[in-house]
Amino acid sequence: MSDDLNLYRTLYRIRRFEETILDEFSSGVFCGTTHTYLGQEANAAGVLSHLNPGDIVFSNHRCHGHFIAYGGDMRALFAELMGKATGIGGGRGGSQHIHWRDFYSNGILGSTVPISTGAALAEKLTGSGAIAVVFIGDGTLGEGVVYESLNIASLWGAPVLYVVENNRIAQTTPIQLSLAGDIPARFTAFGIPTSELDTSDVTEILPVAGQLISAMRAQPGPRALILHTHRFGPHSKGDDTRPEDEVARLRAERDPLSIHAARLSAKDRAAVTKEVDAEVAQAFAQAQADPAPQAAPTP
Amino acid sequence: MTNTTVLASLNSALQHAMQSDERVYLLGEDLLDPYGGAFKITRGLSSQFPERVLTTPVSEAAITGIAGGMALRGMRPVVEIMFGDFITLIADQVVNSLTKFRWMYNDQVAVPIVIRAPMGGRRGYGPTHSQTLEKLFLGVPGLRVLAPTALGNPGELLSQAILQDDGPVLFVENKLLYLTQLFNPAGSDFTLAVSTPPDTYAPTYTLALRDAPPPSLTLAAYGYMAELAREAIIKLAYQHEIFAELVVPTQLAPFDAPTLAPLLDSVRRTQRLLAIEEGTLALGWGAEILAGAAEDQGIVLQAARRVAAADLPIPASVPLEAAQLPDVESIVQAAKKMV
Repeated sequence: MSDDLNLYRTLYRIRRFEETILDEFSSGVFCGTTHTYLGQEANAAGVLSHLNPGDIVFSNHRCHGHFIAYGGDMRALFAELMGKATGIGGGRGGSQHIHWRDFYSNGILGSTVPISTGAALAEKLTGSGAIAVVFIGDGTLGEGVVYESLNIASLWGAPVLYVVENNRIAQTTPIQLSLAGDIPARFTAFGIPTSELDTSDVTEILPVAGQLISAMRAQPGPRALILHTHRFGPHSKGDDTRPEDEVARLRAERDPLSIHAARLSAKDRAAVTKEVDAEVAQAFAQAQADPAPQAAPTP
Repeated sequence: MTNTTVLASLNSALQHAMQSDERVYLLGEDLLDPYGGAFKITRGLSSQFPERVLTTPVSEAAITGIAGGMALRGMRPVVEIMFGDFITLIADQVVNSLTKFRWMYNDQVAVPIVIRAPMGGRRGYGPTHSQTLEKLFLGVPGLRVLAPTALGNPGELLSQAILQDDGPVLFVENKLLYLTQLFNPAGSDFTLAVSTPPDTYAPTYTLALRDAPPPSLTLAAYGYMAELAREAIIKLAYQHEIFAELVVPTQLAPFDAPTLAPLLDSVRRTQRLLAIEEGTLALGWGAEILAGAAEDQGIVLQAARRVAAADLPIPASVPLEAAQLPDVESIVQAAKKMV
């Protein structure tokens, strides 16, 4: 089985999972809200392919793609969104607040930057060899604690990779209304080696992320990876204020799935599609049949 | 533990904790020797444990978050916030991350972190370096708020918080307590009873006048206010023939039935409760204390009052500051209106 095929499978698993969420949301099976990763799949697949067991991932409100690329179970994630006992956190956290193995997410933008920096520092101090990766977005660059953390990470050599997924829109606010200056300079100002890519091609992200992570393992310290990307779906559900033709253009020009699918034979592609469609449908059906948690609160 | 100050007790506790568990790290501003922290609580530690005392930039939010990340990965960090007034800067980390992780991740993680914060006025430091702000953090689910008292063993409380508590702790140290000698009931006018509720390691102290008539008033206070309340008890007895006993919890939150029990036991007997705190009056700890007594069906409350700081910023001028903060005389005056 080729690496290209594995990468495609990861991209398509995320895509199919998120499409299922949006398709089924109106049926009322899910609690609260959701933030889908449609269009950004190559970032998670490209970066997280380089993790070793024990490496740490911190994600944000838009965490489903990171979780799936990390190897998380789709039934448990569906169940978490449905508020079921079998969910990743037994229904306590919901879509934005999940933890499994060394993966953590939180819905407070910026809060994960010092936490992931401290987690990386702990691994360095104990000599485990593990690194941390934290995914943030362009919107999070507005939070002050980010810069406090970059300063300390650089001073103390915390082995943490800051991945900025710049989808150029924070909820409904375009980047030109929320961000002054340039993004890489925010990291290089603190002496953090930084790479930058504007692509939706997973095979372009993969080697650059790999180089940064190898360098971190050889010489512990922070690194930054700026990934200019595009969000195909709404911020959460039905709150996309962008013109439809603009989103359609992005889907036509910057779809990580179609870019990478061109490298596969029609037969392989069809096989993955069939396999993943069935896998996602089964995970959804199982989660739906799963029991609700017991209602008694515990301290 | 006689002839020692609260400062020395806390300093020894940090030393003991670092000695006994190499997962203990200290993070904070200006911690390194020879300075040893703004209030000298960490003095000597950076010389003894240079790898584990991390002096930090002026970044309270990041320090707290970073320590939280270290705790999540198995360490037992202690953060010093130089002045307790600065805990507003760490609020998001405490409220939305550190105290939530264990519960929201379905009990799959632990966050053993202690955040030490020197609070309180009476030193003329003015509006942003004199406050008693812990009430902003009381009632945050998952956060234990502790306040050491000179009536007990502050160092032991701190070392238990660091070494034994698997959850986040806000450890509130009143600045005037630092140079206060630890209380020794032997040879004093008082008897001291200690009870530790079953779900915590933080004791509650009950101080009563030795060989006095049964008390007709319960005072509730914590931290440095317990020292002032102790003086007030003497004055009330000798000058006004009012006999009071003092209940001093070291755990302010969680505020649950077992923690409240020693206080309610006292109020059940005295039927009068005066709650004393250095923080501002409105919506504070004292209000919660009185509510706890009022809700207890076994208690008939004849009188209930609060003594606290005025609902104003704290002035720098020493006489102005003294007029706004509760003192021995304000406790005595309030007590006289109740009996």
